[in-house]
Amino acid sequence: MSKSKIRPPRQAMPLQDAQERVKNFEEVALGYTEEQALIEASRCLACKKPLCVDGCPVDVDIPGFIKLIQEKNYSSALAKIKEKNNLPGICGRVCPQESQCEKLCVLSKKDKPVAIGRLERFGADWISTVTQPAEKVVSSGKKVAIVGSGPAGLTAAADLAMLGHKVIVMEALHTPGGVLVYGIPEFRLPKSIVQQEIESIKRLGVEIQTNMVVGKINTIDELLAGGYDAVFVGTGAGLPYFMNIPGENYNGVYSANEFLTRTNLMKGYLFPDYLTPIRTGRKVAVIGAGNVAMDSARTALRLGAAESTIVYRRSEKEMPAREEEIEHAREEGVQFRLLTSPVEIVGDENGWVKALVCQRYELGEPDESGRRSPIPIPGSEYEMEMDTVIMAIGQGPNPLVSQTTPDLAVNRWGNIVAEEESGKTSKPGVFAGGDIVTGAATVILAMGAGKKAARAIHNYLLHE
Amino acid sequence: MFKIIKKVVLGPSLTLFEVSAPEIAARVQPGQFIILRINDQGERIPLTVADFDRSRGLLTLIFQEVGRSTKDLGKLAAGDGILDLVGPLGKPSEIDKLGRVVCIGGGVGVAPVYPITRALKQIGNEVISIIGARSKDYLILSEEMRAVSDSLQITTDDGSAGQKGFVTDILQQVIKADNAIELVMAIGPLSMMKAVAEVTRPYHIKTMVSMNPIMVDGTGMCGACRVAVGDKMKFACVDGPEFDGHLVDWTIASLRARMFLKEEKIAMETYSCGGDGNCQNQR
Repeated sequence: MSKSKIRPPRQAMPLQDAQERVKNFEEVALGYTEEQALIEASRCLACKKPLCVDGCPVDVDIPGFIKLIQEKNYSSALAKIKEKNNLPGICGRVCPQESQCEKLCVLSKKDKPVAIGRLERFGADWISTVTQPAEKVVSSGKKVAIVGSGPAGLTAAADLAMLGHKVIVMEALHTPGGVLVYGIPEFRLPKSIVQQEIESIKRLGVEIQTNMVVGKINTIDELLAGGYDAVFVGTGAGLPYFMNIPGENYNGVYSANEFLTRTNLMKGYLFPDYLTPIRTGRKVAVIGAGNVAMDSARTALRLGAAESTIVYRRSEKEMPAREEEIEHAREEGVQFRLLTSPVEIVGDENGWVKALVCQRYELGEPDESGRRSPIPIPGSEYEMEMDTVIMAIGQGPNPLVSQTTPDLAVNRWGNIVAEEESGKTSKPGVFAGGDIVTGAATVILAMGAGKKAARAIHNYLLHE
Repeated sequence: MFKIIKKVVLGPSLTLFEVSAPEIAARVQPGQFIILRINDQGERIPLTVADFDRSRGLLTLIFQEVGRSTKDLGKLAAGDGILDLVGPLGKPSEIDKLGRVVCIGGGVGVAPVYPITRALKQIGNEVISIIGARSKDYLILSEEMRAVSDSLQITTDDGSAGQKGFVTDILQQVIKADNAIELVMAIGPLSMMKAVAEVTRPYHIKTMVSMNPIMVDGTGMCGACRVAVGDKMKFACVDGPEFDGHLVDWTIASLRARMFLKEEKIAMETYSCGGDGNCQNQR
């Protein structure tokens, strides 16, 4: 490459206008045009030792697929991504690339990094209408049960199917996808994309059974005794946390899980065409500042709230949400009440929320998470008028599987104990990964865990 | 799809379905519930299981049409399919040999109390049953209840069957006649379960009730079904549905049941218009 050549700037993602999009559930980020994708792809230096790949939890050959985009060989680009990642349309949209692949891109030292995530999405979207025939693999004769059809389970399922194993995924809800379907809103991740990528995993031979609550309809022990050679548990962070402050049972208080599930999985935003109701008041407070909190605050505006406010006890710098999500929320009019945390929810005589009593905080010394710890300021309590409060302070592990599997070790928070590199648990033949092991994290980390577990399960099945 | 094998109209807007669901029928225990969804637009509807036939793979579901979704359900006929059905959910009832127990069912609540009554009888308890309804037409499963009870008493609000009055009137009499009651199991409307708990409270008789709050997923994931029990927050779907009636905060429970009243009304309006939103002819 000639040094005199001027590198084009990082291509901006075309967005739906903030004033417009806050009134609909259509996707916010519209995706690169072919022209933009080719310009962006041309920025890649094709490093001999690509650092970006080190930042990818599932080891996608990033320079490889970008080169194929440069050559306009889009179907091969997608195939290259899919060697490692069976959910490219999803990852291209929701991965925190800025703290993974793009963070390590050499360009980021002097310029902005290559927009790897946007190119991944381009590759996935460009070809998504094309049906790719599944490659025939030789059957191993082994059968694996996957509990949970979220990112961890789907990734493990796809990898195991490609290795020739019979894979049955068991999903508790009526639609597969886990958090991709019930949690992440349509405007950030269209459900048609999730469905397409799940269809492509099914074409690998994976069978998905919905309405199957493992721990209720059957147990892990019964699966192992009943013909399954191994089990992967990827049941996610399906237990909402509340704050244990007075007033949390008033009407108008939701967990973020409930608020988002009603809206996304049950399509409450289309009520009454879809019959599951969702009610957003005029003034909505969302407690917490992670991605789930941003999703909730932005959803509230789309459902018609006049004001939607993030209430967070630390400062802007500590907010765990992706910068892009915070920026989009701000553009849409979400307000931020930082260094503030609720101490009580006040209700009216009919049991509806009418106000939130908050306390101000200041930042002290860094705590074990490395972030400066929030310290309440005595006597700083004040009241804010609110009619809806959404708790987005995190989720714990759902206990249905561990409760019914006595020899499956869990830690004191209820997370399944599993080896990081293999997903191996205390129980022979049982592997686990994703949020059920790590606590609530990201889609891509769960996928990484699913991938490692698939490799370990494959080895286990060969040497069993 | 889960096929409806049999449909019986039990009373005004009271319907019984036998649904083919072999895997769930093989597994379900008294006290547990299922969630069903009629079609893609439908709500997830939780229903406590009224009976099960393990050999034929059937679940018996009894429901009252109280809103749009249960009305839609009532329109289905034998041979029709239900899109989604998941279960068994919740914890089974604790069935122990205790001595003398009282089983109380009110309205459509007789349906879930029936398999519990049968199990309590089978394990060797003396079972005194009391069932109540608004009127004779709303009374269900009285013969079935009689068959699994040592004695059965019936009340109706209007006196059209059994004794005029409430199940709690009889419960008072039963307790006064003989205080050696080890357990009262009560399922029915919130107001009835609360009244039962108030009757037994001074006698310190263990009283279990089955809560049926608004619910979405039914697996502990959303927290919509939270119930204040003592000083704890419990999820009816995974910690219940049965709780100690003396510890349930009935005020919060009845307020929470009203969370979506406005929306329920809107959904009913679209129903009476045939679902197409064109109401002009009917107003």
